[in-house]
Amino acid sequence: MSLLELDNITKSFGAIHALSKVSLTIQPGEAVGLMGDNGAGKSTLMKIIAGNFMPSSGEIRIENKPVAFHKPIDARNAGIEIVYQDLALCDNLTAGANVFLGRELKRKFGPISMLDYPAMYKRAGELFAELKSETRPRDLVRQMSGGQRQAVAIARTRLSDPKLVLMDEPTAAISVRQVAEVLALIKRLKETGHAVVLVSHRMPDVFDVCDRVAVLRRGTKVADKPIKETSPEEVTGLIIGAIEAA
Amino acid sequence: MTDTTPKPNNAAQAGTDHAAIDEDITLRQEVSGFGAILRTQPFWVFVAILFIGLVMSFVSDAFMTERNMFNITRNMAFFGIMALGMSAVICTAGIDLSVGSLLGLCAITLGLTMQAGFGIGAGFVVCMLTAAVVGLINGILIAYLKMAPFVVTLGMLAMARSIAMVISNNKMIYEFGPDMDLFEWIGGESVLGIPNVVWVLAILTGVFWWVWKFSTWGRWVVAIGGNAQAAKLAGIPVERMIVSVYVVCSLCTGLAAFMFIGYTGSATNGMGATYELNVIAATVIGGANLMGGVVYAFGASIGAALVELIRNSLLLAGIPALWQQFFVGLFLILAVLLEQIRNRGGK
Repeated sequence: MSLLELDNITKSFGAIHALSKVSLTIQPGEAVGLMGDNGAGKSTLMKIIAGNFMPSSGEIRIENKPVAFHKPIDARNAGIEIVYQDLALCDNLTAGANVFLGRELKRKFGPISMLDYPAMYKRAGELFAELKSETRPRDLVRQMSGGQRQAVAIARTRLSDPKLVLMDEPTAAISVRQVAEVLALIKRLKETGHAVVLVSHRMPDVFDVCDRVAVLRRGTKVADKPIKETSPEEVTGLIIGAIEAA
Repeated sequence: MTDTTPKPNNAAQAGTDHAAIDEDITLRQEVSGFGAILRTQPFWVFVAILFIGLVMSFVSDAFMTERNMFNITRNMAFFGIMALGMSAVICTAGIDLSVGSLLGLCAITLGLTMQAGFGIGAGFVVCMLTAAVVGLINGILIAYLKMAPFVVTLGMLAMARSIAMVISNNKMIYEFGPDMDLFEWIGGESVLGIPNVVWVLAILTGVFWWVWKFSTWGRWVVAIGGNAQAAKLAGIPVERMIVSVYVVCSLCTGLAAFMFIGYTGSATNGMGATYELNVIAATVIGGANLMGGVVYAFGASIGAALVELIRNSLLLAGIPALWQQFFVGLFLILAVLLEQIRNRGGK
């Protein structure tokens, strides 16, 4: 049973066809690299899976059940967590607070419930430790480096036990050492049965962690093949159009 | 970094004892305890208050008297209560210009109810209900119709005042029915030598301190002020939160109105005119940032105290009252300047 199936997804903005008849299936525990040049439709496809946009036509199925995501929260409830490219963090809150934003842990005293700081900081610390990130849960996000912010954004998705994690350019703005850490995390997500969709410009990252690569060009899918059967040269050719389809 | 905990020296043997390093990292933070307090705006405004107080105690013998302290704290408390609510609104990067007019409208609805022979309980409910309705209208227009807070509340400033004039028939109310004595005692008298309204402010400040630090509502309001888009993506009901913030601000004003009418012993439809400026000034002096995302429960009281202290000091120092607004404005600008300088230093 596939985890996520996109069936002939089309999205138009007025006269512009951002996506035409894109189909993609993702199996549990599979990491799929989504590649393509700027404007190829990667972000639009991501936003449809994440519930930011409704497709103009086509169907989304999760574990064979058709779903309609009207809001991002619908996608999250269906087990899809997203790491946004702009990271969507509150600068004025601590790293721990950001991890738990909207899902705060509380302690109850009769009718009154209050934020459980020790539990949240402890859990956030554990999550950062899993990521091997030197991010301190009590520090404000405002003071953090790109890599630390990335760790916060990724730690957020680990709170629930998502079926699918969408990552939009997670390695674009971080140090070389932390790229390795993020890739290690993606591998760990795979090992625990989580599927990952990785949107990335960085060919080495995709070839390092993904099982399969899908290439979009001008709103259509031009290739979808196991990583073992392709090469960076072929994918580059597909992205820029030197190779028509594969 | 203020933390001087020695880093475990086995950090070099990478991978061998991650747990210990992680524990070390988890417990650290950039600034802690007293260092964090030193970085807040209310602390420095409080220092300014102590300084002005010190200077004034030499300038005027009347300043340090019990009577004068009683007056200062009582006068500031009305603004302080309103500033607590305003802090919440400003924390979401909004503004509420209608609080002054709302004070006037609450005064009239409260006054008419009690004048008609209803008890103090009914008066209180009507007063708070008036505030809640006005806050609800502000909030819905701002959150759901995405109108600019400045414009919506400016409109409400005019409308609320006008309604107050219409329903009061432009008459003053000074007869508050059967519970008049109790009503005037609550607003104007004191318990243990401290004005009742100051007790209310102190309790409310404590409540707000708890709310900002320990409640989900407070956390979400601060998050919305920091990055409303991120808050929305995190599943926080941003629109509902914003409505609730404007209602809370209005309810604080309603409570201030209830105490204020009891204190003055009369209600007119002109009450509270231009108070919104003092309330916003107090809030900003107390450390609120109009860009949102910053809130201090103690800031509201401290800001209100500074504004009142300026007024009182000028009076006692024999400087003409015409200068009052000048100095309030000056301190407002200085407060914002101080915040700018602190931010630059912190980066």
